[in-house]
Amino acid sequence: MTESARQTLLTIEGLTKAYPGVVANDDVSFAIGEGEVHALLGENGAGKSTLVKMIYGLVRPDAGRMVLRGAPFAPPQPSAARAAGVAMVFQHFSLFEALSVAENVALGMEQAPKQRELAARIAQVSEDYGLPLDPYRLVGDLSAGERQRVEIIRCLLQDPKLLIMDEPTSVLTPQEVAILFDTLRKLAAEGTAILYISHKLEEIRALCDAATILRRGKVVATCNPREQTARELAEMMVGATLATPSRAEATPGAAVLEIGGLTVTPANPFGTALRDITLTLRAGEVMGIGGVAGNGQDELLAALSGETRTEPGAIRLKGKPIGDAGPNARRALGLLCAPEERLGHAAAPDMTLIENATLTATIRKGLVSGGFVRWPAARRFAEEVIATFDVRTPGPEVAARALSGGNLQKFVIGREVMQSPEVLVVNQPTWGVDAAAAAAIRQAILDLAAQGAAVIVISQDLDEIMEVADSFAALNAGRLSAPVATQGLTLERIGLMLGGAHGMHEADLDEAHRHSHPEGAA
Amino acid sequence: MIGSIDPVLLVASLMIASTPILLAAIGEMVVEKAGVLNLGVEGMMIVGAICGFIAAVKTGSPLAGFLGGALAGAAMAALFALLTQVFQSNQVATGLALTLFGLGLSSLIGQGYNGIRPPATARLDLGPLSDIPVLGRMLFSHDWMVYASLGLVAAVWAFLRYSRAGLILRAVGESHDAAHALGYRVVRIRVLALMFGGACAGLGGAYLSLVRVPQWTEGMTAGAGWIALAIVVFASWKAGRVLLGAYLFGGVTVLQLNLQAAGVAIPVQYLSMAPYLITILVLVVISADRSRVALNAPAMLGRNFHASR
Repeated sequence: MTESARQTLLTIEGLTKAYPGVVANDDVSFAIGEGEVHALLGENGAGKSTLVKMIYGLVRPDAGRMVLRGAPFAPPQPSAARAAGVAMVFQHFSLFEALSVAENVALGMEQAPKQRELAARIAQVSEDYGLPLDPYRLVGDLSAGERQRVEIIRCLLQDPKLLIMDEPTSVLTPQEVAILFDTLRKLAAEGTAILYISHKLEEIRALCDAATILRRGKVVATCNPREQTARELAEMMVGATLATPSRAEATPGAAVLEIGGLTVTPANPFGTALRDITLTLRAGEVMGIGGVAGNGQDELLAALSGETRTEPGAIRLKGKPIGDAGPNARRALGLLCAPEERLGHAAAPDMTLIENATLTATIRKGLVSGGFVRWPAARRFAEEVIATFDVRTPGPEVAARALSGGNLQKFVIGREVMQSPEVLVVNQPTWGVDAAAAAAIRQAILDLAAQGAAVIVISQDLDEIMEVADSFAALNAGRLSAPVATQGLTLERIGLMLGGAHGMHEADLDEAHRHSHPEGAA
Repeated sequence: MIGSIDPVLLVASLMIASTPILLAAIGEMVVEKAGVLNLGVEGMMIVGAICGFIAAVKTGSPLAGFLGGALAGAAMAALFALLTQVFQSNQVATGLALTLFGLGLSSLIGQGYNGIRPPATARLDLGPLSDIPVLGRMLFSHDWMVYASLGLVAAVWAFLRYSRAGLILRAVGESHDAAHALGYRVVRIRVLALMFGGACAGLGGAYLSLVRVPQWTEGMTAGAGWIALAIVVFASWKAGRVLLGAYLFGGVTVLQLNLQAAGVAIPVQYLSMAPYLITILVLVVISADRSRVALNAPAMLGRNFHASR
């Protein structure tokens, strides 16, 4: 299909939406053609989510209008948008874990047929588009990729004219991304327009026909992403030139952290059991642990931080068994952790930054004397973290909740880095963080390793692992592969190590196991 | 001694004794399935008991009494809904306050109603069924409210399992953010569930003052609301198990009263605590598989929802 042959499907003219203190969208205008894959680009807080929520009827615009196929379009609620042929695949927050696939699909439809009929239609659509799915399974038991299929099938059953996808690939393996792109291209060829939101610029260049770039709520550029480099796109988003993290060549030192035969049963019913995890981490080494969400990342972090206790000998720090030590004992010995969930796990949302800094730094920074907190010292430490990591906040007495995601992430990572750990474990250090903040966090990790600390980066972002890690290991269904050097490692090889696309490439999966366990466990 | 207990009479009084708790528990189960924890069951029950009692005495009609009890319970629940769903107050604290408020309010309203007998609630004429020897007297010779409560349990079970509205209610209790994102009115659904739960608790209270006792005394619920709450949790939010738990509790209560009357050589204190112990023990054993219970528990239980995003 050529540009000129396309009929315009949706026109957006001058959409404006203001929240107290911030204009989320300011006079946003663009158009999407039928069968077009249109990218919406922007940093966190640029107003992408608000914009698509207005199209989907979740938020009402203050000003401006939308025209869908020549008719005015102002959905008062999502059901009206769905009736008009607009469907949305959410980044998160839209599936019910304790309900079955068919029930989840039924909840997203206006007139849901009987469960048995619906199950048959789900099977039909999943076959048509190559998205295998069992309608009777509980969503809580599905992998991230399978969950996304539930969302996509829920949309496809309504025969949408416009499909909105919010960060669809952030939790997928490369193979699953390839399957998703095939599906999307097939849909576009059938005339469905797709509005695609993502941070991943290479994917946008591969998939999208047009891109609209938002910065601070305004449209700053419209372009054909295929004619731009990823770097140019990123700089349009940020409005400044980007610094690439630099790393010094380093030779790893002595082993500091040894994990042998670590096996953990999860506490919650949808958790993943860790099975026989073994690894050795050397001083100055950055090890990237990749894997699709829900393969044991949270459990591994909990076992390393001391939230989950294990056999004493399963984890050794500089030869000392610490498997049964609590978080504070581990901190005293130099093992620090920064979990994935910023609000509620890494930081207490309603406490100030000073209090949050004190929570993990009391021991290594000596912030307590005689049972009393030394608040002046705690404040100095918090200010130090804020200054060093360029955390944008009015001051250290602001509640953690008030910070934007990227700024809070810089703070919680900075808090651990500034305690000069010997081993630092971070889970998803740049999840939901914009490009500039992500680069700063990665640089901090590299600098820490250059000073001789050992770092484990658990991440689902493979580009991030390739950027910072010296070695790579894959976490798959609670098992950790043997680590390999990242130098010369291809994305295809990593994809195989991660277990390929769930349920689609059984052969590849087996092959990956053979690669990662050369001895072969028969 | 034990021979003096008539098993037929025992089962018959078991059904009467269990009905108030069953009504309150099945209502609270629906509320909790929608993700709201209302600890004010006791308060809603006792306000339902006195309001139902007054309505029945004034009109001379037990039906008007049950209606009055249900309306009073629903009104209490509406207060709870206003505080927690609109003003975002803490559900635990508000529920406890509702119980204390209900106990005080009921003694105030109930001034001057002590020692009055309410109009008798009619037996449901089940024709030949009631004439069956033994079984007829055990199961088929009760007032209509007993059968209505059993019908309600079946209706709630079918509603949650098969109807679309029931699916939406469960979805709201499972993840209010997801339900909101799909365009469901989380607050409206929860308010409706709360009103239903309040009406059920009010009915249970009215049954106490109109049939079970039957008269009005201050604080007559005597913890029935709390045991209803406990039964919902230990029954892992399943209608069938709520029925089992309520009947077990009612049964052991009746049995221990009979044992006390028969003068069994067990200290009265042990007998009095038996219903609580046995009910909780049995339900804990049934729901021993923690992972399956967690699957059935509403994930958003007790969490406030605010559509800020």
